[in-house]
Amino acid sequence: MSVLKAKNLFKIYEIGDMKIHALDDVSIEIKNNDFLAIVGKSGSGKSTLMHILGLLDTPTKGELYLDEEDVSNLEESDLAKIRNSKIGFVFQSFNLLARTSTLENVMLPLQYSQVPRKDWRKLAEKAIKMVDLEDRMFNKSNELSGGQKQRVAIARALVNNPSIIFADEPTGNLDTKTGDEIEKLLIKLHSEGKTIVLVTHDEDLAKIAKRTVTLSDGKVVND
Amino acid sequence: MIKIVEIYRSSSKALLLHKARTVLTMLGVIIGVFAVISLVSMGIGVQNYVSDQFESLGSNVMFIMPGNADFTDDPANIYGKVKFEEKHIELISRHAADYVEIVSPSVRFSGTVEYKTKSFYSSIYAPNHKAQEVFDLYVQEGRFFNEIEEKNKIRVVTMGPNVVEELFPNSNPIGKKIKIEDVSYEVIGYTKKKGADYDDNVYIPYTVSMEDFEIDNFQGIIVKVKSSQDVEIAKKQVTMALLRDLDQDDFQIISPEDILESIQSILTVLTAAVGAIAGISLLVGGIGIMNIMLVSVTERTREIGLRKALGASPKDIAYQFLIESVMIGVGGGLVGLLFGWLASLAARSVVRTQVPLWAVLLSFCFSVLVGALFGTYPAIKASKKDPIEALRFE
Repeated sequence: MSVLKAKNLFKIYEIGDMKIHALDDVSIEIKNNDFLAIVGKSGSGKSTLMHILGLLDTPTKGELYLDEEDVSNLEESDLAKIRNSKIGFVFQSFNLLARTSTLENVMLPLQYSQVPRKDWRKLAEKAIKMVDLEDRMFNKSNELSGGQKQRVAIARALVNNPSIIFADEPTGNLDTKTGDEIEKLLIKLHSEGKTIVLVTHDEDLAKIAKRTVTLSDGKVVND
Repeated sequence: MIKIVEIYRSSSKALLLHKARTVLTMLGVIIGVFAVISLVSMGIGVQNYVSDQFESLGSNVMFIMPGNADFTDDPANIYGKVKFEEKHIELISRHAADYVEIVSPSVRFSGTVEYKTKSFYSSIYAPNHKAQEVFDLYVQEGRFFNEIEEKNKIRVVTMGPNVVEELFPNSNPIGKKIKIEDVSYEVIGYTKKKGADYDDNVYIPYTVSMEDFEIDNFQGIIVKVKSSQDVEIAKKQVTMALLRDLDQDDFQIISPEDILESIQSILTVLTAAVGAIAGISLLVGGIGIMNIMLVSVTERTREIGLRKALGASPKDIAYQFLIESVMIGVGGGLVGLLFGWLASLAARSVVRTQVPLWAVLLSFCFSVLVGALFGTYPAIKASKKDPIEALRFE
């Protein structure tokens, strides 16, 4: 079953008289339990593609279906709702709330969901367990190591049980050893049935994915 | 949109995270509300003080003053027009007797009262012997001057207690001779403490004072009405009586209520004006809130981006920041009310201060409004941030 399906996506920026095709007729389909790496040099359009696929941005032209539903032309607040219920993000720089406990950081997406408050703790604990951080549940974010922070971020991405998880250079700010741990964690999550899209310029990291899409100048050159 | 309770939780968490900054931002509102409450309560204290003073005069006493005594005029001009004489006292006694109980001339000036080496700058009050009753003056020791002394122009004086304290700290004044503006008078008594200006007065018969100090006319006439309910009708009768000899423009009749009313209305305006000026500091506090909220929005750009990526709608973000600034307004308002109230309590040892409910409601609502108003722009700015840009923000 297709989780995400993009047809003929264009993203065109106009700067003065110049038109820059950040995405130039990109079509891509992501199936359930896919483990996809989007690679490309900086400026290739991989970040733009991730933002559009992750509903953080809208395409200039093209169609986008998430769980078979057309999401190409939605209002910002509707996009926010879908991001909240169906998409998880992991960022390079973790983006945890400062001086806030692991538990509260992981519960953050639930604030914006329809999930009743009494279930938050249970869901958050489950997500924290998936990333093996039960013993750091009540530590504040500034008391955690880089690797632990990224685990918290991954738990946060998992807490709403999304259809798809986007990880943008998840090991970019980590040393090799902790980077490896995060890689293993992603592999484990995939084996547990999660659909993961990895965005990276690091070819080694891309190797852990089952499928690689290479972008260059806004076009898919290799799938 | 997420539930208000959740926004309230995250807003209060954000405020607690920056305690020092939150308190400093609140300070503007605190000072504003404090200023409004304390100044208004003290203004009311002054009003109470004034009405207490007038109440001690008695509500059935009227003053007949030279006509059109416009207080902007030169006092010399006013007194130059004075035409009150003995015959006017008689006119009132004869033609307004139904309602008037006592009539007394009023001659009054300030001057030095001396005994040996001690001196006191006193208010020298020269009515007739009935004035004691008009003003409810009680004699502590000795007596007030009587009709015979008045008629025969005997130089006797009854002093207020403050004058006694100054001139006779350790001895009994009765029977002693004191000098009033260099004229010798015999002390025959002194009054009980009454408050207001009474305690600083010395009382001498008007007859002798006019001779000694070369005064041609009474500065005014004091009338005590039999019942305070009849003040208005007595006013009419006295007017009719005086019109037999004087023109409408030569005199005016003022009751303490009239004076009190006009002073109260001035004080009310003053209190409101002072309160309004204090309110301006609340506005300044509001600008402080906006300033800090704008800084906070910029500083938390990544947090805004993150919250949006995780599913916060623009409204959610706007409400989060708006509630933060409203909470600063509410918190600052409450603390300011508390401090203002304490200041009002502290000032109670001087004047009878009151914290009126309208000032509490007005200043509190205004501080909440200021929080909401000045928080709106930063909140809108926060809600409009593009999540991608915001997440990239360093």
